Amino acid sequence: MSAFSQLRLHGVSRRFGGQDALTDLDLTIEAGEFIALLGPSGCGKSTALNCLAGLLPLTAGSIWQDERRIDTLPPERRGFGMVFQSYALFPHLTVRANIAFGLRMRRLPKEETRRRTEEAVRLVRLEDHVDKLPGQLSGGQQQRVAIARAVVFEPSLVLMDEPLSNLDAKLRLEMRTEIRRLHQSLGLTTVYVTHDQEEALSLADRLVVLRKGRVQQIGSPREMHTRPANWHVADFMGYRNLWRGRVEQLDGSRATVESSGHRLLGEAMGDLQDRAEVVVAVRPEDVRVDGPGETRNAMSATIEVVEYQGRELAAEARTDAGQLLHLRTEQRIAPGDQVKLAIDPGRLLVYPADAERTTEDRSDRLTDSAGAPR
Amino acid sequence: MSGRPLTHWRHRLAERGVDRQLWLLAPALIFVVALFLYPFFYGLTLSFQPTDGGPFSDYARFFSDAYERDTIWITLRIALPAALLNVLAAVPIAYRMRGRFRGKRLVTTLLVVPITLGTVLTAQGLLNFLGPTGWFNRILLSTNLVDEPVRLTHNYWGVFFSLVITGFPFAFLLVLSYLSGIDPTLERAAATLGADWRRRFTRITLPLLMPGLATTFCLTFVLAFSVFPSAVLVGNPAGETRVISLAAYQAAYEQYDYPYASAIAMIMGFVELVIIALVLGARSRFYTGSTGGKG
Repeated sequence: MSAFSQLRLHGVSRRFGGQDALTDLDLTIEAGEFIALLGPSGCGKSTALNCLAGLLPLTAGSIWQDERRIDTLPPERRGFGMVFQSYALFPHLTVRANIAFGLRMRRLPKEETRRRTEEAVRLVRLEDHVDKLPGQLSGGQQQRVAIARAVVFEPSLVLMDEPLSNLDAKLRLEMRTEIRRLHQSLGLTTVYVTHDQEEALSLADRLVVLRKGRVQQIGSPREMHTRPANWHVADFMGYRNLWRGRVEQLDGSRATVESSGHRLLGEAMGDLQDRAEVVVAVRPEDVRVDGPGETRNAMSATIEVVEYQGRELAAEARTDAGQLLHLRTEQRIAPGDQVKLAIDPGRLLVYPADAERTTEDRSDRLTDSAGAPR
Repeated sequence: MSGRPLTHWRHRLAERGVDRQLWLLAPALIFVVALFLYPFFYGLTLSFQPTDGGPFSDYARFFSDAYERDTIWITLRIALPAALLNVLAAVPIAYRMRGRFRGKRLVTTLLVVPITLGTVLTAQGLLNFLGPTGWFNRILLSTNLVDEPVRLTHNYWGVFFSLVITGFPFAFLLVLSYLSGIDPTLERAAATLGADWRRRFTRITLPLLMPGLATTFCLTFVLAFSVFPSAVLVGNPAGETRVISLAAYQAAYEQYDYPYASAIAMIMGFVELVIIALVLGARSRFYTGSTGGKG
């Protein structure tokens, strides 16, 4: 299929029996980009992918491939390759026939089909398995067949629906590198769906974070990582410490917040009003233990739970004021230890608390002043 | 010390799946032995004990008499096309009906109702509907499509329709369950690879469905091959629908020649086995492994 220079999604929406699965998705995908759709389960990311693939009709909106409208085309005429979460390999066809399927459907000459299939087999290093049936392969090998099958006909866009979620941790890391390598060496344009923020950050050029069918933020991995647009995105990007609080004082981009008995100085993210209710977000790795000379955002705490994680320890501590806190450190600490903690004000993000939070399904992630999960 | 070898054996047996739960099979085994194996072997022995002549003389008698011998072809001529039509008709309907949609239960019920009717009621209905003075012919006559009633009962077609009506629900239910056993993502994957619906069906769904169709064919064929009531009620039992079960019946209850009837029953079973072996032989050439679906 012909390559494009831009793929545009205009207000793409999808409803399922009165439920909005995806609302007003606007996105422009440049050729060669690696885009990750990221969000918790049920956020609409798979719906968006299926809409792009043509497997789900849109309820509203349109999809444009340069000047050509494609959202009315059936999937077989869009020419996008897709890797399914379950791989969806044809169980009755050999690895070779699976990979060649897309080329056969395009009625390419036999010789070319054979050559390109062999090429794709080499690309995913399955030379020894071409005559096997998918059922005789391991999960990682099946995954590679699925990828080869989706890229062999040089699609203008490759869609991947949580392709690594069925693999074990070690294989997942290997395949992640593999996918990035293929994307670069073949010059593919890829849209990748995942709920794993680490996977998305490491793979994508641009991330789209979805929540309840709505786009929360679109940006580069660095933007997402350091400046999430709201506390929901922060929550998803690994800011495990989320505390309710109230603005005490505003000073330009700095805000002083009263939260669970602590006075905290942080970076104001978004429109804050004096005395406004806010959510404070801090990554566990930004909480420093016994930082020398650090006096801002200092608090003393007792270590409660320690998990060994190789070079680092992940720990849960309770401040003297009763606030539960997640931290990561390379220092040796043990449950029961009294420690001094400090947080760099540049790494303490203050977000407006949203109005819907009382009915919010993830409000249990927020802790109130008593420190107990609400 | 004496307990040890005993527990040892118990473990060895348990590894091979032999344990006390096997007793749960006992009632079924008793049924099989009492209601199938015993009568079968009784009939088999009986068929080699003709009223006169050597042990094979009843078999020879059947094959030397053209009137008897032809019942095999007559039965096959009805049963094979009927079974084939049942399977072929079930495929598109089941294909359309897999997945969920509103009113599915109602449609399934309507399609399956003929099972509950029984052969006699079906025959009655066929006589009223397709008979010389039935609605079907009356409509054809009144619209001047034909000059005289089309004969669709008391001949080959009557039996054929009756077999389709009673056999289709079985075929449909079986094909539907085989189809829902195929992961629908496979067809979606084929679509993204450029296959239109026709090629999705012929390249993916049909090959995966073939083993199921073969099994379905065997079952509906066996049902059709032992056709008896409709051959009498809506067929022409003296001529073109003198099926093999009718020959056996006449031998047993009109001539009271049980050994000969047993021999016919054995021949009937053998013919069925041959057909089933052929179909299953062809089936093994298809992929018969997991198809990833919920079935």
